[in-house]
Amino acid sequence: MALIQATNITKNYRVGDEDVPALRGLSFEIGEGAFAAFVGPSGSGKSTLLNLIGCLDHPTSGTLLVNGTDISTLSRSSAATFRGEHLGFVFQDFNLVPVLSAYENIEYPLLMVRGWSPEKRRERVMKMIAAVDMTEQAHKRPDQMSGGQKQRVAVARALVGEPRLVLADEPTANLDHDTAYRILNLMKTMRDDYGTSFIFSTHDPKIMHEAELTFTLEDGRLQSEGVAA
Amino acid sequence: MTSTLKLAARNLLRYRRRTLLTALLITLGVTALLLFVAAAGSFKQTMVGSITDSMLGHLQVHRKGYTQSIDNLPLNMSLQPNAVSKIESALKADPEVAAYSLRVKLGAMFSNFTENTSIRLNGVDPVAEDAALPGLRQRINEGDKSGPLVEPGKVLIPTLLARGMKVKVGDSVVLVVTNASGSVNGKNFIVGGVLDAITGPGGRDGYIHINDARELLRMDKPEVMEIAVRLKTIGKLSEVQQRLNSKLDEIRNKEDKPATELHTWSDLSPFANIVRMIDLMTLFIRIMLIAIVLVSVMNVMLMAVYERIREIGTLAAIGTQPGKLMAIFLSEGLLLGLVGAAAGIAISYALVAFLNVSPLVFNFGREQITLYPHLDLIEVLGVLGLAVLVSALASLQPAWRAARMDPIQALRHV
Ligand SMILES: Nc1ncnc2c1ncn2[C@@H]1O[C@H](COP(=O)(O)OP(=O)(O)OP(=O)(O)O)[C@@H](O)[C@H]1O
Ligand SMILES: [Mg+2]
Repeated sequence: MALIQATNITKNYRVGDEDVPALRGLSFEIGEGAFAAFVGPSGSGKSTLLNLIGCLDHPTSGTLLVNGTDISTLSRSSAATFRGEHLGFVFQDFNLVPVLSAYENIEYPLLMVRGWSPEKRRERVMKMIAAVDMTEQAHKRPDQMSGGQKQRVAVARALVGEPRLVLADEPTANLDHDTAYRILNLMKTMRDDYGTSFIFSTHDPKIMHEAELTFTLEDGRLQSEGVAA
Repeated sequence: MTSTLKLAARNLLRYRRRTLLTALLITLGVTALLLFVAAAGSFKQTMVGSITDSMLGHLQVHRKGYTQSIDNLPLNMSLQPNAVSKIESALKADPEVAAYSLRVKLGAMFSNFTENTSIRLNGVDPVAEDAALPGLRQRINEGDKSGPLVEPGKVLIPTLLARGMKVKVGDSVVLVVTNASGSVNGKNFIVGGVLDAITGPGGRDGYIHINDARELLRMDKPEVMEIAVRLKTIGKLSEVQQRLNSKLDEIRNKEDKPATELHTWSDLSPFANIVRMIDLMTLFIRIMLIAIVLVSVMNVMLMAVYERIREIGTLAAIGTQPGKLMAIFLSEGLLLGLVGAAAGIAISYALVAFLNVSPLVFNFGREQITLYPHLDLIEVLGVLGLAVLVSALASLQPAWRAARMDPIQALRHV
């Protein structure tokens, strides 16, 4: 069974007393271990779609199964549980907790969301921090790190709970080209090592080509679905 | 739990100045309240102590109606011997009664052989009076403090009278009284001591031996006007009052109405109103503290939530439960209140210790009162609990807001 199965999903935003369609009936599947990108012009619906897959919002109609769960039926609290257990997030602005060190930021999901024991936590965090090559900077707070370092910590934080899927909305938009490539390669390595699926969005054509599977959106519709050469 | 607190502490330290200012405000409020309570408590204790220990006792028994006309010191409203013995047996039977003193109260003319004035006198048994009013001898400022309280043939007079009539210890004076049947009688006395005045009824009375009083009044039976009662602990006052009331109620007059009346010191002394005023002021300061803590903590926590909307969105998106988010902000407000209050308590203890080394002295009426403030542990814990509770309440709404935030909207916030 596919990791994500979308059947004719739509999403309308209510602005004033008007419904503004953001997604106009999308159907697609994404399998396990994917390294996929949502691309398209600004306003085409990439973030909206990622938010739906990330269980942060409900579709207006259609069904969306993530890891076999129909996410439109989840309550607020069970959606949080679902995200904590099955999903990881990487954000455009890194969004690390400013008062926590690199180590503590990576530890946060295990400590405050999953409630792992200290020994298990320590082992796992050390492994992840090494995987993103931040062991030397483990004690640093976000304001002492570069953008690339912050995003590496964010990737480690997204992966620390061993999720099935990591969602990244424009993860490289605030990084220079070299760093952006390095982050994408890091994510790809993680996919190879742990089998975690990655879905990211981007406008950047060069970044887009790093994806193995590309969904092009335009005005809320799926324009094309392509497998990279 | 500890990780939530650690996060809260880190976040508080992130905005150092704001946290410091708010904590300082709470510290100030707590210190003000505790110092006031400590000083007022000491003042109350000193005043109530001097009233009950040297003047009124804790409870007083009179013949029904006596206190209403106590200003005239009526001679015909005395307790008759059989009533007195019934009252005495009730007092002796009560386990909380430490001592009591029978008093004959009378008004007299006081003469130093050149001038006259009036004086209110208590005829007392020195041993019984000493036991029931152990503080009375402390008020003797001239004369012998260590001998019997008042010997036959001697009179203790208040300072004002001694000064006004220019008499001193050892001088001869005459006391002249008109007795219940209207005949006048006089007797020579030696001034045995001069008493400091204290505020309230009876604070400027003189004292003579009870036998002298009865002789002056030509009493043929051992009548008594007043019985002053001392309890083992003032805390049991209302309990004993109830118990004695029901016993004394059995003593009836010819019309089968209660023949006696029982009053507590606070019924008899206007200082009880001052005590009530002090308690009211304490209440107001307490309410002010609540307001200070509520407003300052709520303000800081609302700011904290507003500044961290994106952080809240992030934490919620990565799976933090709403309850956990709430706990994070609640513990932040709680910690702020706790630290502020703890600092206030520490400062209060230091100031109270200092005030006990170099005490505050001030004048209340004609009395000089030295305050030795004391912090009651229960009170301190109560204030700490109050500050923490109010801080939690103040953070409740901001924390609730954080917990309910929609992650997408919070993440989009700029
Ligand atoms: N909260 C919202 N309320 C109303 N309209 C919204 C909201 N979020 C998105 N939209 C609208 O939905 C459409 C899709 O927006 P979305 O953010 O998904 O686009 P996007 O592809 O991520 O664009 P970008 O590349 O600029 O990030 C847009 O027309 C946008 O204006
Ligand atoms: Mg977007």
